[in-house]
Amino acid sequence: MELVEAIILAVLAASTPLLIAATGELVAERSGVLNLGVEGMMIVGAACGFAGAWLTGSIFIGALFGIVAGTMMSLIFALMALGLAVNQVATGLALTIFGVGLSGLIGARFVGERITPAVHLSIPGLTDIPLAGRVLFGEDAFVYVSVALVVGVWWFLYRTRAGLILRACGDNHVSAHALGYPVLRIRTFAVMFGGACAGLAGAYLPLAYTPFFIPGMTAGRGWIALALVVFSSWRPGRLVVGAYLFGTVTILQLHAQGWGVGIPSQFMSALPYLATIIVLVLLSRARSGGSTAPAALGTVFVPDR
Amino acid sequence: MQAHQRMLDPTSKGLHSGESPLLQTAGLTKRYGDFLANDCIDIDIWPGEIHALLGENGAGKSTLVKAIYGLIQPSAGEIRWQGERLSGPSDARRRGIGMVFQHFSLFDNLTVAENVALGLDGKESFKHMSARLEQVSKLYGLPLDPRREVWQLSVGERQRIEIVRALMQDPKFLILDEPTAVLTPQEADQLFIVLERLKAEGRAILYISHKLEEVKRLCDTATILRGGRKIATCNPRLETAASLARMMVGGDIKEVKAASARKTTVPRLVVNDLSLAPGEAHGVRLEHISFELKGGEILGIAGVAGNGQDELFAALSGERLSKDPGTVVIEGIAAGHLSITQRRKLGAAFVPEERLGHGAAPRMKLSENALLTGHAASGMVHRGFIDTAATLKTVDSATERFDVRKAKRDPEAGSLSGGNLQKFIVGREILRKPAVLVVGQPTWGVDAGAAAVIRQALLDLATAGAAVLVTSQDLDELSEIANRIAVMFHGKLSAPLATSEASREKLGLLMGGSSLEPKEAAHAVGA
Repeated sequence: MELVEAIILAVLAASTPLLIAATGELVAERSGVLNLGVEGMMIVGAACGFAGAWLTGSIFIGALFGIVAGTMMSLIFALMALGLAVNQVATGLALTIFGVGLSGLIGARFVGERITPAVHLSIPGLTDIPLAGRVLFGEDAFVYVSVALVVGVWWFLYRTRAGLILRACGDNHVSAHALGYPVLRIRTFAVMFGGACAGLAGAYLPLAYTPFFIPGMTAGRGWIALALVVFSSWRPGRLVVGAYLFGTVTILQLHAQGWGVGIPSQFMSALPYLATIIVLVLLSRARSGGSTAPAALGTVFVPDR
Repeated sequence: MQAHQRMLDPTSKGLHSGESPLLQTAGLTKRYGDFLANDCIDIDIWPGEIHALLGENGAGKSTLVKAIYGLIQPSAGEIRWQGERLSGPSDARRRGIGMVFQHFSLFDNLTVAENVALGLDGKESFKHMSARLEQVSKLYGLPLDPRREVWQLSVGERQRIEIVRALMQDPKFLILDEPTAVLTPQEADQLFIVLERLKAEGRAILYISHKLEEVKRLCDTATILRGGRKIATCNPRLETAASLARMMVGGDIKEVKAASARKTTVPRLVVNDLSLAPGEAHGVRLEHISFELKGGEILGIAGVAGNGQDELFAALSGERLSKDPGTVVIEGIAAGHLSITQRRKLGAAFVPEERLGHGAAPRMKLSENALLTGHAASGMVHRGFIDTAATLKTVDSATERFDVRKAKRDPEAGSLSGGNLQKFIVGREILRKPAVLVVGQPTWGVDAGAAAVIRQALLDLATAGAAVLVTSQDLDELSEIANRIAVMFHGKLSAPLATSEASREKLGLLMGGSSLEPKEAAHAVGA
């Protein structure tokens, strides 16, 4: 019982940064922009988030620092890829390289420092319910925010006019422009939202996951978030499945290695990737017809003069 | 002086006395670098008229309407709506200008209702808008299912979305950019009824087309553009198709001459019961296609785009292989399983519908493009090395024989105009003296002069004994050059009709999916 609860809590903690970063990237990609700089925005978010929390002593301000840092990073991307119509893939990769370097610079001062991690919710009575209590009512604020975020994004994309316009920009930017929508402005907002989410996801790591900062602590989570968006066929519902599945298998295989299951550890480490890809591919096969990717994804748009 | 001028201009006298034009362009000019796409154009559009905008490709029609709709900024001049200056597409829409685009501005992965909602200002709820959509589409006889996604719809249905979307804004002025290019003759008739009705409601329509008969039938006024300039404004009903064409082209068009009697010889291309599953997500399945094409013969395949013509081309050219070699027989040899190169070696040549990207690599020089299709059978490669002189010779011969106009001897394919590139691509294949030529949409988007050259080349090739297969949406073109015409619908091919028996009406029925059984097809063409 104790173990199951511990595993579920660990799964939620491992999945949350993936879910937040991937949700942001999903919005950006739905508007037609492929930002490969998620990893870079996350790691800068992590460094700035830790710096904010360490300087002020407030996790909340730390998270804000992370969000602002991620947004600033995404603005660099927007300026290059949207404003100057530079190739999006190249810009995104450059942003990641830049972000890794920048975070090292910002974070160097803070390596070895510690902060008090984000507090977990505690409602007397509810939180004490066995098993479900701590899982549902004993999380840190980031976990609740991530769930609200993905539900909000789903509602925005499929239930609001603004979301419809954003999806339209991703499907056919020439038509969207012809109908009078400011494609580049809409995409800039989408990219900024993606940056804010990546920054928050990055800040989660030193503020709640581990109470200290080490360079390179995102360890490829930005890339996994990117892959999750693709394999979820750009649908928020499947993104939740993918992110939690990835987290679950990651934690389970760690425990399995601990129990001494006779399978090579390399294979076990690869399991989360394999399992997530297989499940999401099966899910996307179930839908017949229609293209899944936003048709204008990654293409440069320059309005007629 | 003023009054005198008015009397001389037949469009602004009497008919419109006491009113002012709905929309005016004054000295409208659009410059791209050194190129003047529009040069000082003045047009007046009056309420309750259907105004044709005529011109060849590249005459500046699209630039002009884009400027009117606010999609591009004119370099000089003004656009006035009831006397006031316009700024941008949302301003144009707010004041009541609607536009139906030639290349539809639809979103494939969204539903019909979502597509329409995107074209409106969003002040009403989605539910209310959907209800109004059904109302409007019923009122004008343009049936639509709001819940379907666009990729599932036919071209005609897609155009209906565009029209309904424009109508739902209750436009005072509607621009239609070559609306009948993708329609069957019957669908076009339906559209004309809708347009007449809009005109009767007092709305103005700007109708862009290069189909002269259509313009004569439908339009009250015509403005003719050539090379970015306004040539004339006239009443098309008082002109002949020939006089309109002369104004458009600026001279007489060479008439295409068929050799008096073409002798047909042995079958050179035979297709036996060819069926093929679609290659991509939204493709068409080919079903039991059979025909026989003899030397000296041109077979035309008519049909609305997207009914399997691309898939048939891919199956014939070898871009997609058939499991059964006997389904495609070239020069008596079963070729269904052979690659493109092997089929070329048998004497076949192919000209795909899409010039840039499929027919030619845009960033490569013409000589390199000649090599791309000629490498196997034209002696341009020796022991793996390219014979540059031979490739250049091909370019020169094609240039000379087919009047390809270009800036230098060997430019990049992408720098040629559509008509000149098409002449080069068709010429490149014809120079190889093919036994079988398969051509998709040979004159699509090509100016009238180039179209005449290409049609003549196809006729000459057939006269020389080759078998030619032409797919086209232009029925006039097919009846001009083909001996027999078959129609493609939903991946099935009708039995070919002799051209003399293939009336527009018969072909139109086949294009809409009806059979030619003798039972009375009730024409629901209510006025």
